[in-house]
Amino acid sequence: MIRVVLPPHLRTLAHVRDEVQLDLGGPVTRASVLDALEAQYPMLRGTIRDHVTLERRPFLRFFACERDLTHQPPEAPLPDAVAEGREPFFVLGAIAGG
Amino acid sequence: MSGVRVLVGTRKGAFILTADGKRERWNVSGPHFAGWEIYHLKGSPADPNRLYASQSSGWFGQVIQRSCDGGKTWETPGGGMTKTADGMPAGESNKFVYDTSPETGKPLTTHQFYDGTQHPWEFKRVWHLEPSLSDPDAAYAGVEDAALFRTSDGGKTWQELAGLRGHGTGPKWQPGAGGMCLHTILLDPTNAKRMYVAISAAGAFRSDDGGKTWKPINRGLHSQYIPDPTAEVGHCVHRIALHRSRPGVLFMQKHWDVMRSDDAGDSWHEISGNLPTDFGFVIDVHAHEPETVYVIPIKSDSEHYVPDGKLRVYRSRKAGDEWEALTKGLPQQDCYVNVLRDAMAIDSLDKCGVYFGTTGGQVYLSADAGDSWTPIVRDLPAVLSVEVQTLR
Repeated sequence: MIRVVLPPHLRTLAHVRDEVQLDLGGPVTRASVLDALEAQYPMLRGTIRDHVTLERRPFLRFFACERDLTHQPPEAPLPDAVAEGREPFFVLGAIAGG
Repeated sequence: MSGVRVLVGTRKGAFILTADGKRERWNVSGPHFAGWEIYHLKGSPADPNRLYASQSSGWFGQVIQRSCDGGKTWETPGGGMTKTADGMPAGESNKFVYDTSPETGKPLTTHQFYDGTQHPWEFKRVWHLEPSLSDPDAAYAGVEDAALFRTSDGGKTWQELAGLRGHGTGPKWQPGAGGMCLHTILLDPTNAKRMYVAISAAGAFRSDDGGKTWKPINRGLHSQYIPDPTAEVGHCVHRIALHRSRPGVLFMQKHWDVMRSDDAGDSWHEISGNLPTDFGFVIDVHAHEPETVYVIPIKSDSEHYVPDGKLRVYRSRKAGDEWEALTKGLPQQDCYVNVLRDAMAIDSLDKCGVYFGTTGGQVYLSADAGDSWTPIVRDLPAVLSVEVQTLR
């Protein structure tokens, strides 16, 4: 069971209040987590990654286990604690604007 | 019992203002989509309870929202928790993908970028939604980078009408300070095949075959900020408007200059007349008097606020050239707001109502065609768009 914490705007859009829980069959990577997230919540497609290129939207960041994983390759394995459901995978908006 | 529903898009959400036909007591609903930029929302003429909204964010991109109950509840069409047979999500309501060349599979065309080089189109947001006049499930979307999309399934999927970008002048289009956006879509109520769009900074375009093919309609425009002031394209058109009884007569607020065309855009002439400045964004036409036109002059392209600290709507009853200032009820000192291009609307009650919203968060109403004004709300976030539905 993978735990994902979404920023408040995306929780509203997906009609969820708290963490999202996902079941993944294969390797736990950022790409596979986001694939599963978008499959379960199609309204989030395009809000985290570009529809076509699947590139991260510029003002979003990915944290887990007190580390910034934003610039890790999408296919890189996520930490074991995320894969085992002990720690959540955070999607969050970068600080920007005033 | 008649009434009105005013749809207000702001920098931080949408608001819905409703009143009966007297337009004296208002109910304010919102913010809907709190914290998101709502560039535009508009109701279907074929089903007034069907609304479409453009919700966007610098962080999370573009989302299309739809209401089937006049704005009480909203949904992301195509965004429900459904899966296709292969397990992939079916939701596509926020997916706007530009057409590519059928021969090469590469981008259809490029446009001129700020540095003068050619640049591929990159989708950023939906500026304007224009529902079909006859089908609640059909609507057009004007987007940045400038292109026209259409849905025929209530917003679930959107397809580009690529004849607009592909007709040949695309490489000469360029972004203005606000981006390169298709912000105005006009549907001819007497001819289902005819439509107009306007793009900053490219100009106005017309289709006579339902959006399949397009031609620039900018003859007569004169823009000193482009190398050839009378070029076929490159003009920063801010807004165009028409009256449903005379759809061949168009009014235009250009970056500078207020213009009119009496031949469906084939040629234009200036009607700025005695306006204090002919820079501005909005332009609209009285519901029952096709020669009565409204603009709100803005000081200049470098000072985006009303001149002299006075918020004045100007009205011409002769289709331009001769303008009168309408000031009763509007602030006449220390006012420095702007009124953006989609932020004026007209209702069609017997006593025509005129509405506009400001970057200061006020939405003003005149229930007597402009003679006097009163604020409906004073303290919303900066207003991006105002539309009104006349409910009967």
